[in-house]
Amino acid sequence: MAKYLLLKHYRGAPAAVNDVPMDQWRPEEISAHVQYMRDFADRLEKTGEFVDGQALAPEGAWVRYDGEGRPPVTDGPFAETKDLIAGWMVIDVDTYERAVELAGELSAAPGAGGKPIHEWLELRPFLSAPPTVTE
Amino acid sequence: MDEALLRSLTPGVLGILVRRGADFAAAEDAVQEALVEAVRVWPADPPRDPKGWLVTAAWRKFLDATRADTARLRREDRVHEEPPPGPAPSVDDTLRLYFLCAHPSLTPSSAVALTLRAVGGLTTRQIARAYLVPEATMAQRISRAKRTVSGVRFDRPGDVATVLRVLYLVFNEGYSGDIDLAAEAIRLTRQLAAVIDHPEVAGLLALMLLHHARRAARTAPDGSLVPLAEQDRGRWDTGAIAEGVGILQAALARDRLGEFQAQAAIAALHADARTAAETDWVQIAEWYDELVRLTDSPVVRLNRAVAVGEADGPRAGLAALAGLDATLPRHTAVAAYLHERDGDLATAARLYAEAAHQASNLAERDHLTRQAARLNARRSR
Repeated sequence: MAKYLLLKHYRGAPAAVNDVPMDQWRPEEISAHVQYMRDFADRLEKTGEFVDGQALAPEGAWVRYDGEGRPPVTDGPFAETKDLIAGWMVIDVDTYERAVELAGELSAAPGAGGKPIHEWLELRPFLSAPPTVTE
Repeated sequence: MDEALLRSLTPGVLGILVRRGADFAAAEDAVQEALVEAVRVWPADPPRDPKGWLVTAAWRKFLDATRADTARLRREDRVHEEPPPGPAPSVDDTLRLYFLCAHPSLTPSSAVALTLRAVGGLTTRQIARAYLVPEATMAQRISRAKRTVSGVRFDRPGDVATVLRVLYLVFNEGYSGDIDLAAEAIRLTRQLAAVIDHPEVAGLLALMLLHHARRAARTAPDGSLVPLAEQDRGRWDTGAIAEGVGILQAALARDRLGEFQAQAAIAALHADARTAAETDWVQIAEWYDELVRLTDSPVVRLNRAVAVGEADGPRAGLAALAGLDATLPRHTAVAAYLHERDGDLATAARLYAEAAHQASNLAERDHLTRQAARLNARRSR
């Protein structure tokens, strides 16, 4: 009844508790992590709460209109300090509490040493259609 | 093939199967199969009694499926003991479906989906589109809901209040997609009102009709919100208003007031005013007092503050607002409006901007941003 966007960051979120860069995990830890995310999405589809989810490549650029007849400006490769979205999932749930609960579960995906990453996920409600109100 | 006819017959057929003792999920499957067969057979060979045809076909499908089941013997016994099907009042069956679909064991979104599917006769695809989720997600939501209620026995009537909440949720979901959910909610509530004699059912139907009557005037062609005071009242649907008022008056006459009747009374007073200035705010404020008494909801108290502001002046409105939790949705917007009416444009502009930041939907956010911009422009002139 209400849609939320879960944002996973490559960079820009507060440091995770189990904060080891993924390239230093063992391969089976990476597989377990990927499987966890896949199972999570499958489960949400079965509960009727899944809308969509995609992973994003780390490459990205800021783009801006630069005036009539000129090509858009891009800022080139990302500077080290910039936020970087790794992927997103859209869920459709009954309550905010349920959205928080699911984000918590997603944040528990296993990382290095098979332990939960405890990474920070950004949770954003969608702006919805205006409800009918009694004035 | 008359799709509307099939859709209108589906709930009744489903209800009959459930009453004859078919498990809800199995009955639903059987009805779907019967519908598929109807689509195949009817064009060449239209039945004289479409509903009877569907009941017979669906019951046969149900029996086929049941026989194939592992619990075959037990169920065949039950079928054997079942009295032969005769004409039955379809009225009770539909009512049973309403209560089943709004069963307390279901989450609100599941109850809504199941109601649209089983009582409304919509396809899974249509419901998924209306709620902007993938069809697979909605299919799962519906089959989970079916499983949840599948063991439920209906020997006692369910809770009308829960059914009404589900229907109001459908109504409020808005107007996107090829299915107009508000119109669908009105259709279903009308159907419910025809089979159950309850003042709050009538109250909800009246409320929906009165809100719906103003729908065309609520948004500008560009999609932006038009406040009640600025709406072109010539675009209100007077037929729907008259119907809503009639239903409401009959309900109120029974002297069993409930929150939907009180809300409808407020909507009726708005609909009754030829211009915004003629609105009877004193009576509206009195109805809000009733509504506070019935629901004691903070949102209602907030709306009451607006009405008090109109009836007794902005200072009285601000006083009514003072005791309320400032984190309530629209609290800041109401405060902004009352401060503007009170002449404190600087505070009003600041609060409008703050309210825009907190708005949960796009049209409202844009509207509040424009209000702030309007006051800021006026102040800097």
